[in-house]
Amino acid sequence: MTTTERPERSVPKPVFTDAEAGAREFPDSDAKARRFNYFTPAKRKQSHYEDVTVEVQPDPRHYLAQGWIYGFANGETGYPLHWTKLKAWGVDKPEPVRGVGTGGLPKDFTWPAHGWHEFRDPNEEWEMTLYRYNANVVRQLNQNIENARNAKAFGQWTRNWVQFVERNVGAWMHVEHVLGLYVFAACNRSGPTNMHNTAMAVNSAHKIRFAQDLALYNLTLTEELDGFDGTAHLDAWNNDPVWQGVRKVAEALTAVQDDWGESVFAANVVFEPLLGELFRSNLVMQSAAGNGDFVTPTVMGAGEYDYAQRDLRWTIACFAPLTQDREFADHNKQLMQGWLAHWVPQCIEAARTLQPIWSQPDAKPPRFEDSLDRAKNRFAGILSDLHLETPKELSQ
Amino acid sequence: MSRQSLAKAHQKIQELAWEPQYHEPYMKYGTDYTFRKAQKKDPLKQVLRSYFPMQEEKDHRVYGASDGAIRGNMFRQVQERWLEWQKLFLSIIPLPEISAARSMPMLFHAVPNPELHNGQAIQMIDEVRHSTIQQNLKRLYMNNYIDPAGFNNSLRNFHNDYCGTIGRQFAEGFITGDAITAASIYLTIVAETAFTNTLFVAMPAEAAANGDYLLPTVFHSVQSDESRHISNGYATLLMALSDEDNRQLLERDLRYAWWNNHRVVDAAIGTFIEYGTKDRRKDRESYAEMWRRWIYDDYYRSYLVPLEKYGLVIPHDLIEEAWKQIWEKGYVHEVAQFFATGWLANYWRIDGMTDEDFEWFEYKYPGWYDKYGKWWENYSRLATPNGHNPIIFEDVDYVYPHRCWTCMVPCLVREDMVTDKVDGQWRTYCHEVCHWTDTVAFRPTYQGRETPNMGRLVGKREWETLYHGWNFADVVKDMGMVRDDGNTMTAQPHLNLDPKKMWTLDHMRRCPSFVSPNVVLNEMTDAEREAFAADYVRQGPAGRPAPANA
Repeated sequence: MTTTERPERSVPKPVFTDAEAGAREFPDSDAKARRFNYFTPAKRKQSHYEDVTVEVQPDPRHYLAQGWIYGFANGETGYPLHWTKLKAWGVDKPEPVRGVGTGGLPKDFTWPAHGWHEFRDPNEEWEMTLYRYNANVVRQLNQNIENARNAKAFGQWTRNWVQFVERNVGAWMHVEHVLGLYVFAACNRSGPTNMHNTAMAVNSAHKIRFAQDLALYNLTLTEELDGFDGTAHLDAWNNDPVWQGVRKVAEALTAVQDDWGESVFAANVVFEPLLGELFRSNLVMQSAAGNGDFVTPTVMGAGEYDYAQRDLRWTIACFAPLTQDREFADHNKQLMQGWLAHWVPQCIEAARTLQPIWSQPDAKPPRFEDSLDRAKNRFAGILSDLHLETPKELSQ
Repeated sequence: MSRQSLAKAHQKIQELAWEPQYHEPYMKYGTDYTFRKAQKKDPLKQVLRSYFPMQEEKDHRVYGASDGAIRGNMFRQVQERWLEWQKLFLSIIPLPEISAARSMPMLFHAVPNPELHNGQAIQMIDEVRHSTIQQNLKRLYMNNYIDPAGFNNSLRNFHNDYCGTIGRQFAEGFITGDAITAASIYLTIVAETAFTNTLFVAMPAEAAANGDYLLPTVFHSVQSDESRHISNGYATLLMALSDEDNRQLLERDLRYAWWNNHRVVDAAIGTFIEYGTKDRRKDRESYAEMWRRWIYDDYYRSYLVPLEKYGLVIPHDLIEEAWKQIWEKGYVHEVAQFFATGWLANYWRIDGMTDEDFEWFEYKYPGWYDKYGKWWENYSRLATPNGHNPIIFEDVDYVYPHRCWTCMVPCLVREDMVTDKVDGQWRTYCHEVCHWTDTVAFRPTYQGRETPNMGRLVGKREWETLYHGWNFADVVKDMGMVRDDGNTMTAQPHLNLDPKKMWTLDHMRRCPSFVSPNVVLNEMTDAEREAFAADYVRQGPAGRPAPANA
């Protein structure tokens, strides 16, 4: 056997450059120079989340010397602060005017130029956390459902509960989808800072994932349960009068006129506790076990955790400081109270329209009024966290 | 999840498609395009149940490699020349990525096909990934590379420096103006489909050749998402093509988007690949060769040309012209020379070209030395402070160029420069297509047709205007490009970190005042301006003054 010699391959040659941190001493070689120095961290030390998020979206009141370079036909540019009626301190101060020989930095420059930049997502979401969290959720859901399938657990459901799940749990997927795509994703172009828009994008991802979780759960049930109608959710969402109130409000949330603040506030502060948690926690998750179903609450519970532990958390961190704002607290409070007066009655009306489904399962859930009271109490607690008054419309 | 069940799952989630019954969504972003409800399918066929674990796995690989790079002391082998240019690249790229995320809802409004919205939403999440994973890479470089200056003030510099502003077109162009022009044609059809090949495939290969295997790790992971985004753009394009009224706008937007991407991306990535490398093997591809393969063959011939049969008017002339700019007119070399001329306005260090570099350039681009060699020799001669001023203020046969009003890259191929009085101001353009972009494309009417949603070119588009009449020490201070001793500049025209060899604000103080070419242009009389234009187009190559006897 002979070996054939191959021509020498052309490859780059490694070179020892010693370009490692600390290899030499010179101005900026110090460890203190190894931090992003263009923003002030919220706490003593800047977080990883801040490092990958803060100031990625420029602001002409900060370093954007040449200003935005593309405009809309109406003259708006970048991320206008008036894309919500809410105000954070400093926003009424005019943008620095730059021109011949002015230099780039405003004369009275301090960071941040206005209160919007103080917002930090308490969940500290960036890509690593986003994928780890959601991958864990879908893995756990798959395992829960797979386990139930192997245990033939769906066969223990009563006929009425099967119908309840195929119509009502099924209908909820549409709510999550509409909010995920057409409220939260839609608003991620509008917020004043990268921290706001990233939080909205992550909130949107939760909702779109949850909508798909419900749709795919519905698909599994169609395959596993004889007589489970996998299309009944469409009839419920499109035609069932009890669902039309919820649908109306969900659609109204997509139709908010040019105000990302109102969209997010109405969705996460009003709609979610008064309708979302009312349905998910105070109906489905309370009644499933009595009807032989230990799986649906785990699917619903994942979505509930998204809202209760993450989406609500950033929402409070976003809106609460605005009601205590050093310049615009009254303006913001008045505005938010107006939003409450507008959205609360619609949600209460939708909740009452949904009431008949409380009597559909064989094993009855808590009374509708008790469920609603619980939702109202929860809602009042959120308003208290936001330093807002409970609106009189809540008593309807 | 098996392939079969994935198809079934994707079919199932189509039941989520929403047709409003009580309230129409608020349409914030307008377009002049019209769409019939052509039934285009979601090309991504992606379900979040499998998407999230897949992306998480990709993340594990990226972060695992990052740990490995640190533990294995990768930075003992990285070429400083390469990492310095990453200070520019990684200051720019997170904004285009996050802007792509922001642009997706513009498409929800403009493209009335709920099935496509699923793919667009997933692209939105991908883009959040890209932006933050790239910021994270920069953070890692800052922490572990010998010279953190320029990484540590990255976004401030990106926002206030002319290089950053040029790069910003590759972000604001995605999110402003007509929703389809911005988020579909400029972003997905041209930027992602054509130019991410050089950005995210060709450039990482060069990084690896320079001892940096983290950039390929991150950017190949990013590029594996891009291929999905390309499908989004294609589906939207086919929908647009099904309506005859859109063809005129498609022709306009392809011309604008192609040319602007060429001007911006080829300027930056061409420079990184040709002038940011120490790998001078003769058989490694030059940027021109890569461009021919990735953009001309893969994008133009394999992707664009087949679309002609659907009625798309392909800008053949501009594709050939872009190639001519790169191959015959030295576009990338002119840009790299300009970056180096203005090193003092940068936030990274640029070292001079060596004999080995000269030999490679001459081999790849015959005639290169005659055009650029002498200037680079002067650059190295003037690299360390020794009683002279920075090269920009010295007589090295280089005329500081005027800036293109549209793409904001200077008018470096001097013969192509166009001057015009637009919106009451005298402006210079690097090429007739950039002139057309400002005066014809970005206007409220196009070829007699109302285009009320088309965007506008705004802002202080000539960076030099802001510092007209300033001393450069004050310019550098104002921009924050000073190291922690308060005197040594972040930028240097060499890689020597010996403080005695580094330029300081004190050196800048003795330089003449900085002058804005555009301010001067607008102060000229008509006769002076005509003479200026006639002289300018006779200048070059390599920025040489016009011959006196012509």
